[in-house]
Amino acid sequence: MSTEMKKVFSRPDSLKDVQTHFCPGCQHGTIHRLVAEAIDHFGIKDQTIGVASVGCSVFLYGYFDIDVIEAPHGRAPAVATGAKRVHPNRPVFTYQGDGDLAAIGTSEIIHTANRGELMTVIFVNNTTYGMTGGQMAPTTLPGQITSTTPYGRDVTKAGYPIKMAELLSGLDGVAYSVRVAVDTPKHVLQAGKAIRKAFETQLDGKGFAFVEVLSSCPTNWGMSPLAANERVGSEMIPYFPLGEYKDATGE
Amino acid sequence: MTKRLFVKGNEAVAMGALEAGCRYYFGYPITPQSDIPEYISRELPKLGGEFIQAESEVASINMLLGASACGARAMTSSSSPGISLKQEGISYMAGSECPGLIVNVCRSGPGLGGIDASQADYFQSVKGGGHGGYHIIVLAPDSVQEMYDMAILGFDLSDRYRVPAMILADAVIGQMKEGLEPHSYVAPDDLETKDWALIGDGKAGEQKIIKSLYLGDGELEAHNNHLHAKYAVMQEKEVRYEGIELDDAKLVVTAYGSTARIAKTAIRLARKEGMKVGLLRPITLFPFPKAAFKQCKRDGQRILCFELNNGQMVEDVRLAVRDVEVDFYGRAPGAGSLPTPEEFLAKIRSRYEA
Amino acid sequence: MNHDVFMAGFGGQGVLLIGNLLAYATIMEGNDASYFPAYGVEKRGGAATCTIVMADKNVGSPVVGEPEAALLLNPLSMEKYYDRVRSGGFALVNSSLIDDDGSSRDDLQKVLIPANEMALEVGDSRLVNMIVLGAYLEYSKVVKMETVKEALKVVLPERNHRFLPMNYQALERGADFCRQALSMK
Repeated sequence: MSTEMKKVFSRPDSLKDVQTHFCPGCQHGTIHRLVAEAIDHFGIKDQTIGVASVGCSVFLYGYFDIDVIEAPHGRAPAVATGAKRVHPNRPVFTYQGDGDLAAIGTSEIIHTANRGELMTVIFVNNTTYGMTGGQMAPTTLPGQITSTTPYGRDVTKAGYPIKMAELLSGLDGVAYSVRVAVDTPKHVLQAGKAIRKAFETQLDGKGFAFVEVLSSCPTNWGMSPLAANERVGSEMIPYFPLGEYKDATGE
Repeated sequence: MTKRLFVKGNEAVAMGALEAGCRYYFGYPITPQSDIPEYISRELPKLGGEFIQAESEVASINMLLGASACGARAMTSSSSPGISLKQEGISYMAGSECPGLIVNVCRSGPGLGGIDASQADYFQSVKGGGHGGYHIIVLAPDSVQEMYDMAILGFDLSDRYRVPAMILADAVIGQMKEGLEPHSYVAPDDLETKDWALIGDGKAGEQKIIKSLYLGDGELEAHNNHLHAKYAVMQEKEVRYEGIELDDAKLVVTAYGSTARIAKTAIRLARKEGMKVGLLRPITLFPFPKAAFKQCKRDGQRILCFELNNGQMVEDVRLAVRDVEVDFYGRAPGAGSLPTPEEFLAKIRSRYEA
Repeated sequence: MNHDVFMAGFGGQGVLLIGNLLAYATIMEGNDASYFPAYGVEKRGGAATCTIVMADKNVGSPVVGEPEAALLLNPLSMEKYYDRVRSGGFALVNSSLIDDDGSSRDDLQKVLIPANEMALEVGDSRLVNMIVLGAYLEYSKVVKMETVKEALKVVLPERNHRFLPMNYQALERGADFCRQALSMK
């Protein structure tokens, strides 16, 4: 019997060998990994340009071993547009949270998607402003308590959670729009596949690709990692159904 | 003889930018500068460049940031309210040391303002404009030829120092037509390859990061000191101004841009009347020609400042010369008419005789 | 050489076109010129004015308070700008539309020109601008008539070149009229 073991799990090449600053149970780490795996899969680590946004995702360059531009709050799709026009052959992706993409950056995401820019957008929806300390996000669920909705989100006054994957799917420039989650092994596999496809859409020149990833934020939700993970399935997915909202990639 | 063209200032600044190798333009329509995107949208595709009419001023300045981070010569243009919207992006560009050209064909007054010629945006341009305590290079052309030349100079200075450059003009300089002698661009010898930028097809060796966030202990302070050290070098090396008949002048008139043009005729008329009057025209508003004003002080010259606003540059003149009396004559933005050389002459006369 | 002229009329009279043409012709002759337009907010029918300053080199102010010469094409322009003409200067008044004969001033040269009628005689009412430009060239001699004709060829799109003879004729007629008017004084 051989004592040699086959290595079945290792750090993706596109990620640095560092510890993250993310809170215990935060799913940014998982999502980072899935993005890195997609980059590794296509062998595009040396070409890829990441555009970091403002919030917990600002440290993109600290974890990914790729070139990164830090964008102002909400403007990552515009910054990425400028980068992509200069380097049409380099893969470009943005990585944005819900406050960044669906509140202050609503204009940029809609028009970038509508222009059909050849880029991939990873949108992490955890229903709150993480780094700022748990304020109401555009995706905060009805009744959800946050530091600025202490009585729960009142939709008659604060409006309704924005469903970005659905909203963007209505635009002609969008080739691929999908919502995934990373709360179960099955969902993680599906998410990995969707992220790969979103990069492939860009690499094949088929158009703008958007992946909304539902994520937990145990710290700001005031929950244990396990309870927070549970909430993704019990509360978020019913409101933000998973699935492909648009697939015009011709497959 | 070089071929002389007859074009608008707005077209000249666009032509100069393209000559300097600008291949990316991002903008949003606003009067009185729309000739710039119109010209560029027509000419840039022929050069293989990219023109984007963005959804907003905010988006366009951020597209500029992205293109600049990738090492390209890129620009945007707008007018006062649009420039206000761009301030966030300009601050990020300053913080992350992204060069680029921003043209402001100024409107008049706060809010929506009017489209009359005005110099109401001096403070905003030279004192930072956005948050964080930074500077950008500010150039004030006073002719159609200078609109062309300064687009080129703006890119060179901006790249040399990794500081955004702004051309501050107004409706007179932008809408006026004059002769223009275009010339072929030759990059200055000292301009280096932008190794800091995301150039080429992929990263060569080191990961490249364009950012303005520094969280390490003392990192941000060091970064800010680094930025300000660059401004100090610019103050030392990059000041530009025009002096006319300063040597024997008893009274020095100072004005920039359109106002300087009007002043030039006023000074000629004053000289005809036997008054010893000269002109000191700042071409770089930042860095400001402090030393030239200090020289006026040493020479015992009086100073009279003309502006198309209620007094902005005059504050910097006063700071430069301290206890010397500096007179000011301005017109509030939106007067509907421009001051005339005769009007300036009357002011020169009364100050000269006082 | 150092000349300036102010032109004013209502939109559609082609004031800006001849202002452009004059400045362009000046530059073609190797001198310097600035053309500064100002017009009303309306796209059509508003006031149209422009100032052209011409010099051997280095035009100073593109804006002039008291112009050396003024071409006044409609009554409103006469009312607003006639008094601003520099003493000893020149005013060309379109007498087809302006009743005021300018008799309020005798410190300048004035020529009353029935530009609309003359334009119609040449064949098109739109030639008013060329009539007055021809007259101004005769007065100022700031650029050669031939240069203006060359400039017009460049400015006018190729497809409109069939109108060149008519425009030339209007320029000549304006010049002839002005020559006679000035010689009578």
